[in-house]
Amino acid sequence: MIAKVFFERYDRAGLIFLGVMATIAIFVPLSNLLLPTDSFLHVPTYVMSLVGKYLCYAILALSLDLVWGYCGILSLGHGAFFALGGYAMGMYLMRQIGSRGVYGNPDLPDFMVFLNWKEIPWFWYGFDMFPFALLMMALVPGLLAFLFGWLAFRSRVTGVYLSIITQAMTYALLLAFFRNDMGFGGNNGLTDFKDILGFNIQAQGTRAALFFATALLLILSYMLARWMVTTAFGKVLVAVRDAESRTRFLGYRVEHFKLLVFTVSAAMAGIAGALYVPQVGIINPSEFSPANSIEAVIWVAVGGRGTLVGAALGAVVVNFLKTWFTTGFLAPYWLFMLGALFIGVTLAMPKGIVGTLQDWSARRRERATYTEKSAQKIAEQGE
Amino acid sequence: MIQVRAFCAAVISLFAVLMFAPAAQADFASSLARFAQDEFSETALAIDEIAASGDSRAQQVLEALGSARLFVDPASKKVYWRAATSARTIHDAANGEPVVDPPAGLQVVRINNRLRGATLNAIGALTLMAPDPARRRAAAESIFKSRDASALAPLEAAIKVEKDPSIATLFAQARAVLMLAAPQATKDQQLEAISILRMRADIGAIAALRSTNASADADVKALAADAVTAIEARLKLMSHVQNVWYGLSLGSVLLLAAIGLAITFGVMGVINMAHGEMVMLGAYTTFVVQEVFRAYAPDWFDWSLPVALPLAFLFTGLVGIAIERGVIRFLYGRPLETLLATWGVSLILQQAVRTIFGPSNREVGAPSYMSGAFDLFGLSVTWGRMWIIVFTLFVFVSLLLALKHTSLGLHMRAVTQNRRMASAMGIRTPWVDAMTFGLGSGLAGIAGVALSQIDNVSPNLGQSYIIDSFMVVVFGGVGNLWGTLVSAFALGVANKFLEPVAGAVLAKIFILVLLILFIQKRPRGLFALKGRAVEA
Repeated sequence: MIAKVFFERYDRAGLIFLGVMATIAIFVPLSNLLLPTDSFLHVPTYVMSLVGKYLCYAILALSLDLVWGYCGILSLGHGAFFALGGYAMGMYLMRQIGSRGVYGNPDLPDFMVFLNWKEIPWFWYGFDMFPFALLMMALVPGLLAFLFGWLAFRSRVTGVYLSIITQAMTYALLLAFFRNDMGFGGNNGLTDFKDILGFNIQAQGTRAALFFATALLLILSYMLARWMVTTAFGKVLVAVRDAESRTRFLGYRVEHFKLLVFTVSAAMAGIAGALYVPQVGIINPSEFSPANSIEAVIWVAVGGRGTLVGAALGAVVVNFLKTWFTTGFLAPYWLFMLGALFIGVTLAMPKGIVGTLQDWSARRRERATYTEKSAQKIAEQGE
Repeated sequence: MIQVRAFCAAVISLFAVLMFAPAAQADFASSLARFAQDEFSETALAIDEIAASGDSRAQQVLEALGSARLFVDPASKKVYWRAATSARTIHDAANGEPVVDPPAGLQVVRINNRLRGATLNAIGALTLMAPDPARRRAAAESIFKSRDASALAPLEAAIKVEKDPSIATLFAQARAVLMLAAPQATKDQQLEAISILRMRADIGAIAALRSTNASADADVKALAADAVTAIEARLKLMSHVQNVWYGLSLGSVLLLAAIGLAITFGVMGVINMAHGEMVMLGAYTTFVVQEVFRAYAPDWFDWSLPVALPLAFLFTGLVGIAIERGVIRFLYGRPLETLLATWGVSLILQQAVRTIFGPSNREVGAPSYMSGAFDLFGLSVTWGRMWIIVFTLFVFVSLLLALKHTSLGLHMRAVTQNRRMASAMGIRTPWVDAMTFGLGSGLAGIAGVALSQIDNVSPNLGQSYIIDSFMVVVFGGVGNLWGTLVSAFALGVANKFLEPVAGAVLAKIFILVLLILFIQKRPRGLFALKGRAVEA
């Protein structure tokens, strides 16, 4: 019974996605840790952290699809929420370095010693405790999104205007975090991490655990997003996307729906960023750059907006292509490729990979039933 | 007979030349010879003679003497000096030529403190009377700053012979500083000095007035303090004026960058993220035109900008039309998709330029009328900035006129207001769309020509303007050119007034946050279009 309710929530693509992700979540870390390096099935550590990075992007793409695909809010500032979550994690990791930094100061991170600061600023308080940091990873982006959304949705800033001011927001944050005086490491950001929760961050075991956590969180994020969009709440979201004024006239408080989904999405992006930082080993202000946020939008567009699975798939595919292009002799052509992807997807494949596939299969099924029916009809007429 | 006479004439004239030429040199050489005596009295004489000679070699010899780089060869009695920059090169003092193989056993020409002072004064006097006006200016400024009392005598001498009135003023100001600080100066001299410095009215004058000699008359001191307050008030006013000027300058840059966007975004409603790249293409067009000028007509270099303007307009306009025909026309009514597709276009254009011209900054030269500065009531105004403001206003006015008084402008406004009705009236709307987009892109291109004069021409040029441009258009109110003008100048001036208080970066962040908040308050900008046209 419970199983039936559970399965009913997901379409075929969703079930395939959950299955694949569960397999990856279990297989990749185990294979990396247990199988001998020369084994055919062994996953090298660098591949694992690369895929881990893609999965973080996939969570970001999911969160973006939630607001853009289902609620029509094209946020060009989701990279900012991602980076804020990353900074929260980075601050925790910085505090874990303790006296092992270059200057050996037990209280202050290296860059503060370098700037000649005497004591830790107030906004760094509590980041030596993991539960607090964990809370902040979701709370800080969520709160910013809440504030921003509360102002924007209440005064009915929509469409392109909203996109532009979200871009301005991430740009302002980019400039702010570049300043040394902000107390977030300025240009260099936060790096040189030593350990997380007492485990060495470089160790293979920790990396495998981080990978598993990322995959698990992707699954959970998907389930949360899917739950949100398949309930009555989700129906209202789609209504807002397709006919905002009409939904308002039907008596729904449109801004409340938008605000809730925007805040949840930002918190999700923040957690993705938090998982991203220990796997990449650095967080710096360039993560706030508007180009990053726009790139995240194209992952969703490539995979298929409004499909959730497509967003995650798009993030992985585009980033895989990016890695493949930028490491070989094709490196100078990557931006051509990315640009063509932007144009090609919007012009030729507005529904993205998953959306287009779903269309095909739907049409085939329709045709199949149609031929069946007409065959019956012919048979009936023949009698 | 004739031949003999001709021969004699030749010999005599030759002698005359030979006699005359060394005559001038002999003076300098005999002065130099005095150094070889190694007597303080002889050296003092030599310093005076050399300083009085006004010879072009004098300065180097005296400087060498002052810093113990002047040598005498005891054997040949010849004088040498060593270059200040390199310990190896020895020059012959008589002709200033470097000596390949200097004689061994060179001895330093000794001086005492009295001689050292005399040397420094002589050098100061030399530069005060140097033929090059720029050096005389520099000398006056250096005395003004150093307040070196020993420079008074040469300064007085220089004032008497100075012909250039602007340099004479500088000399008088320098003398005024020395007078104020000197204990022996009379009250009248000091009062005059204060009035001279009051005229100068800058930071240096304040410092000089503050250093009025402690033993000076009470009246003098009061007047000096009075002058300081007057100058400070004036400086404060000047700094406000300066901020407004810088703000207008920044505003004109913003307006230039945004004006094309005001057409494509404001009038057509197309989000063109490749707008910044159009600006960049315009800047690169200038670069190419200048390269052609450098190669084929270097003398006509000043004409490179007037030639680049129409070319940039045409080129970026054509690129714009191509983008509209190739991409944007399929996306009308889907603004968010347009945004993504044009972002893709911008990536491709950036990378194309990077592939062709390389990733680094390219050198775009300034024609003669764009470089330099002039002084406007104590405000230093650079010509480049000035012309850009003038040019921006010119572009703005021409655009307004084009929209009001040309048939294309009429069609554009018709299509914007009611596309279907315009179409029914026989206007070819797709053609108008393409032309409008081409016009917006072309405007971005000529903005690029102007911006190439004040910014780095690199493939990333456009990206630094795109967010600002959108902000300007949105702040001003979409579909309203006057709004764009007001908002560009308002943002520019606000930015420049915040900068001294908060620093450049913080000022920019502050403006961005203010804009975000402003849009909440007035989602359609400062001057929103009213009526049914607004409802999407």
